[in-house]
Formats: sequence, C-alpha cells, structure tokens
Amino acid sequence: MKEASAGTLESGDILIQIAPAQKGLEIELQSSVAAQFGRQIKTVIKDTLEGLGVDNAYVKAVDKGALDCTIRARVTAAAVRATGKDVWKD
Amino acid sequence: MMFVPGNNPGMMADAHIYGPDSIMLDLEDSVTMAEKDAARLLVYNALKTIDYGTTEMVVRINPLNTPYGKKDVEAVVKAGVDVIRMPKTETADEVRELEAEILKVETEIGRVGETQIMAAIESALGIVNAYAIATASKRMMGIALGAEDYSANLKTNRTPGGAELLLAREQIVVAARAAGIACFDTVYSNLDDMETFRKEVELIKTLGFDGKSIINPRQIEVVNSVFVPTEKEINKARAVIAGIKEARAKGSGVISVNGKMVDRPVVLRAERTIALAVAAGVISEEEAL
Repeated sequence: MKEASAGTLESGDILIQIAPAQKGLEIELQSSVAAQFGRQIKTVIKDTLEGLGVDNAYVKAVDKGALDCTIRARVTAAAVRATGKDVWKD
Repeated sequence: MMFVPGNNPGMMADAHIYGPDSIMLDLEDSVTMAEKDAARLLVYNALKTIDYGTTEMVVRINPLNTPYGKKDVEAVVKAGVDVIRMPKTETADEVRELEAEILKVETEIGRVGETQIMAAIESALGIVNAYAIATASKRMMGIALGAEDYSANLKTNRTPGGAELLLAREQIVVAARAAGIACFDTVYSNLDDMETFRKEVELIKTLGFDGKSIINPRQIEVVNSVFVPTEKEINKARAVIAGIKEARAKGSGVISVNGKMVDRPVVLRAERTIALAVAAGVISEEEAL
C-alpha cells in the first residue's frame, strides 16, 4: 500500500487520505457535524475498508456533509488508488 | 434530461429535487482522466443508494475504445441504471459492441434485458448512419444530438439560430421516427441568454424532438413551458378523441370538429397531446380516458 487520496473539500463531498499502518485502522475525522454523525461516518469508513480487505491503514477524513454513499465511494477510490487493486474487472 | 457531472456528489444528491424528467450523470467529458475512477465509484454508489423516485436515470459512459468504457458499463449496469448513453456514436457496430458488454454484465448479475441504450450522435459520419444506429439494437430507446462535437467536426461554429445543425436535427428526428424510438436535442450552454434558449426549444419542438438536454435546473421551466400542452390544447385534443370515438361507433373514420376535418393524423396528434399532458402530470391517467 502507498499513500493516496480521493474526494474534495466541496460541499456534499469528503476528502479521504489514506496511508499504510501497522496495527489496525486508525481514523481521524474532521467534520462540522462530527458531534451528531461522527460515529456513523467512522463506521461507514471502517466497514468500507474492511469490505475491501484493508485492515491496516491510517485514514484522515475531512467531511463537508457527504452522504453515506459518497463516503463509501471516496473511501473505495482512495483504497483502490493506495492498493492498486481495482473493484472492476477490465 | 439534465446533465450532472459525475464527480460532483453535491449536485448528484440534489438534482432530482428540481423535477427533471431524466438525469444524466456524466462520466465522460465533465470528468478529468485523473478522476475517472473516482467518478465511476460515485455514480455507482449514488445509483445504488439515492432514491431518485420516478426520474429516469441515465449515465453517459466513456467510449468503449478508451481504458474507462468497459469498467463504466460494469459499474452502471451493476448499479441498475435505466439507460446508458453512448457518446460519439458513429456506426451500428459500436452499438452492438456496447450491447454485448451490457449483456455480459447483466448475465453475471441475473438482470438480462433491463438496461436500455441511448446513442449520442456527434459527427458527420454518425448523422449519415443515424437510422442504422437507431435500429442497431432492441435496447435502443433514443438517439440524441451532441452539437458541440458535431459542429467542430463539420468545421463550423454554433450560432444562435442553429443553421449549422438543421440537417443533423432533421436527420435525427427522421431516423428516430422511422425506428420508432425517441429523439433528444443537444444542450444550450449560455445560461444568461434564456430568450435564445426558448427560441431553440420552440424550434426543436417544431422539428419533432421529444425533449431537450439541459445543463442547469433554471432551464427546466422553459422546456416544460414549451413542451407541456396548454389547457386549450388539451381540451381540443379531448374533443378530437371524443369525436372520433363517436364517429367510429357509427362506422365512419372522418369527422368534423369546430368546422375542421379530423382524420387519422389529427387523431394521432391529439393522442400525443394527451399522452404528453399525462406524462407532465398536468392531467391524471383517469382524466385522459
């Protein structure tokens, strides 16, 4: 795995930066709605990475009000860029 | 049909609120090469998750001869898209190639035959082959003009009157009608000139198009005001349909409504007016009967 990122800081988006780590998933989240949705956002990030087989990584997420489907898309894009393993066939 | 960039999650989440008939999420020209992978994932997850209601969902994919096209097909078919818009279509073989790719993915997920195709025609060769393209697959639901690439290919420029597009527009309408599918006009990009936009919408309605591609929610109202039948038109259509029903009951195919002869073409137009009014939600299906 190498360092990679996906997403933007535009409204409705989330910027995900991912880097190699030794022990488990460490997620650092910045979000204006962290008090209300922080746990949910971190759960989506964690579930998405585990679904892709990424168990060890440091993730920095800067949320700008992204929907869950956007978080999943950006985390997947960052993970694919970091690992080089695409989710599509061709 | 409202165009929405496929790498802008904010716009993708809100687009259906404005009530377009269909939304086209774009993976092609509005997405840079460096972001093709991320946009594909955004569109996939949005289609799987966001409730777009009855809005028809279209995705413009990258051409199959690029490194992105086949992955785009896999992603959007797996996400359950209604229509794949194929850009820069020039031949019927290209449509059949896309059809084969769609079938491959549909077979894998057990959803055969659900994905429709719309071909965007954006070159002189595409216009010459319009009917062959329109009839290349049972999945074809419509053909559309892409005027920016087309006028560049013709070695001319777009003008407010659209003289450079006249043959292409007429060819697309004729090919679509001969094939029994829909046809959609190109976008108008100057949001500060709504008057010219309205004239263009009026022109393409007169030419026979089923709808207009738009790039901003502000354009929806203009398109609807031109395409949605007025109360007067609906009442006239109702009178024609009621009259012909009565005449047929008496064994006649021709009637007179308000002193004008009404025969089959007039009845077909009246039926189309009522169908449009129902589709636009101006009258209910029960009221149309």
